[in-house]
Amino acid sequence: MTGLLDTIIQGILLGGLYGLFAAGLSLAFGVMRLVNVAHGDFIVLGAFLALYVQRVLNLGSPFTTLVILIPVMFVIGYVIQRLILNPTLGDDILRPVLVTFGLSVIVENVLLQAFSADSQKLQGGSLEITSIALPKGLAVGWFPLTMMAVCVAVIAILQFIMYRTKLGRAFRATSDDGMTAGLMGVNSQHLFAIATGITLATVMVAGVFTGIRASFDPNSGPDRLIFAFESVIIGGLGSLWGTLLGGVLLGVAQGIGARLSPDWQILAGHLAFLVVLMVKPSGLFPKRGD
Amino acid sequence: MSAEKIKVLVQRSTRTSRVATILFVPLVIILVLAPRWLDRGTISMLVEFFFYLALAQLWNLLAGYAGVVSLGQHAFIGLGGYVLFGLCVIAEWHPLLALCVAGVVCAVVAIPVAALVFRLQGAYLAIGTWVIAEVFRLAFSQVTSLGAGSGISLPVSVAQDIPISSLERDTVLYLLSLVLSLFVTFGAYWLLCSRSGLALTAIRDNEGAARSTGVDNLRVKLLIFVATAFGTGLVGALIYLTKFRISPPAAFDINWTSYVIFIVVIGGIGTLEGPIIGTLVFFLLRQYLADLGSWYLIILGAVAVAVMLKMPLGLWGAFSKRFDVHIFPTRRRLAKAEVEGIVVNDKAEAV
Repeated sequence: MTGLLDTIIQGILLGGLYGLFAAGLSLAFGVMRLVNVAHGDFIVLGAFLALYVQRVLNLGSPFTTLVILIPVMFVIGYVIQRLILNPTLGDDILRPVLVTFGLSVIVENVLLQAFSADSQKLQGGSLEITSIALPKGLAVGWFPLTMMAVCVAVIAILQFIMYRTKLGRAFRATSDDGMTAGLMGVNSQHLFAIATGITLATVMVAGVFTGIRASFDPNSGPDRLIFAFESVIIGGLGSLWGTLLGGVLLGVAQGIGARLSPDWQILAGHLAFLVVLMVKPSGLFPKRGD
Repeated sequence: MSAEKIKVLVQRSTRTSRVATILFVPLVIILVLAPRWLDRGTISMLVEFFFYLALAQLWNLLAGYAGVVSLGQHAFIGLGGYVLFGLCVIAEWHPLLALCVAGVVCAVVAIPVAALVFRLQGAYLAIGTWVIAEVFRLAFSQVTSLGAGSGISLPVSVAQDIPISSLERDTVLYLLSLVLSLFVTFGAYWLLCSRSGLALTAIRDNEGAARSTGVDNLRVKLLIFVATAFGTGLVGALIYLTKFRISPPAAFDINWTSYVIFIVVIGGIGTLEGPIIGTLVFFLLRQYLADLGSWYLIILGAVAVAVMLKMPLGLWGAFSKRFDVHIFPTRRRLAKAEVEGIVVNDKAEAV
């Protein structure tokens, strides 16, 4: 019983990581109906960048690299959106999907060329090995707790931007009716680029956490994309807190799967996703009209 | 104005297509006889060419015409391969019989898969199909009788079953791949010329307008999804019959789908000629760039992105638009129209 409780607690906290994966995907879809197939590869790019900067600058903690890398990723996102993704947006979904799919293959192979196929890991230091003792012999690691806290904070910030700032008002207006928003003086090209910039900033945070939690290599992008996607769909489109709950559910399903057999971890997550899709295709916590 | 006073002549064929029809027969004869003259290396390259051509035509039909942008067609390549191996190794079936059954199994499995992924919209559907392929990969990694995660080889006895009378194994596999790619290409052509094809072309050009004129979009999409799963499964089974060894990471590798997408995008999506041109370009690039390792994929990806941005119709689409050349004429054109004896439109070519 304690074992099962432990599995569930670990699964819930793992949901924090999946929430971090998914927040950007959810935001980009909410603002511009864009699904970036390269999302997972950008997460892995973030992890590699953190590894590189930490080594070069000889920093103690990979978290310190975020000070430099969040702005860098924001700029990368802004430029990619302006140059490559904006021209593909429109009624035809074929072009954004295929262009971002192409980007995904490019990022993956550039990483392969730059860092080789070896597995890498970020060192989280003492955070990784210390834990808080709970009653009944349970223990919760500081690292998963931090992961969940940061995820909640990131989503709260995104939520604040979306609903409490002028920028968020422009995001929502463009999402509802781009043409009219344009007439009111919103520059959608610039706005979408900012949205992708913010998305890649969250991706950078996700990259550091995934890099500390487990080893990664240039080919591990698609898995991250799929976990992010499953969290978004389980949670319900258009709701950031729903996305976090979707991530939690995915984390718990994977945890329970892993308890049955280590081979079952990922498969159990996929099956949970398929069951939700079958029973409630709009997700468990869909956005209820504004 | 009474109806009998209006005479119209609608044509599909073009001058190029009539020339192509005449050239086609000798081309097929040459290809059928090719194993007599060519060495093994060239033959195996041609076999691979036909595989990619067939897969590209199938994906093009699905994404380019039906608008179902699947990133998970490798699910059916792997499934087809595994069904073949299962039937040959465990049930000891004749490989050619197992091949046909593999296609049918894929078509049957495609129905519940469609029921699930069609609940997702547009780009999310694309990732949904990818999840399905992952589920298949992980599921087959659990099947110990098929070698679980490390895979399984075909026994020698199966290889000995392949030759037909005096034809050697390599020749049989070559002819099968040739027939399959012709079958897929002309099957797609036939489909596009049919009533369903008209619906498909309408969906390609404008989904909303197609629906408003009475096209049952969902039914057409389902039909194409199942038909392409059948074809993809057949090709997958044949690929693994030539490879003689199958394992989950190789059979359900996203690269199958990546290559096919690059082929179709570069050649020209939404045309039947595009995948042929794309496959030719793909093999040419590979000939010269394959040694570059990951740079090869970076270049291929960059070319596909550039084509998508600057030339969304692809190489063939741009060429065909510029010179109005069509080898597979699927478009119905008004060749000649007479209203009350007055010719208002006369583009009929002298036949």
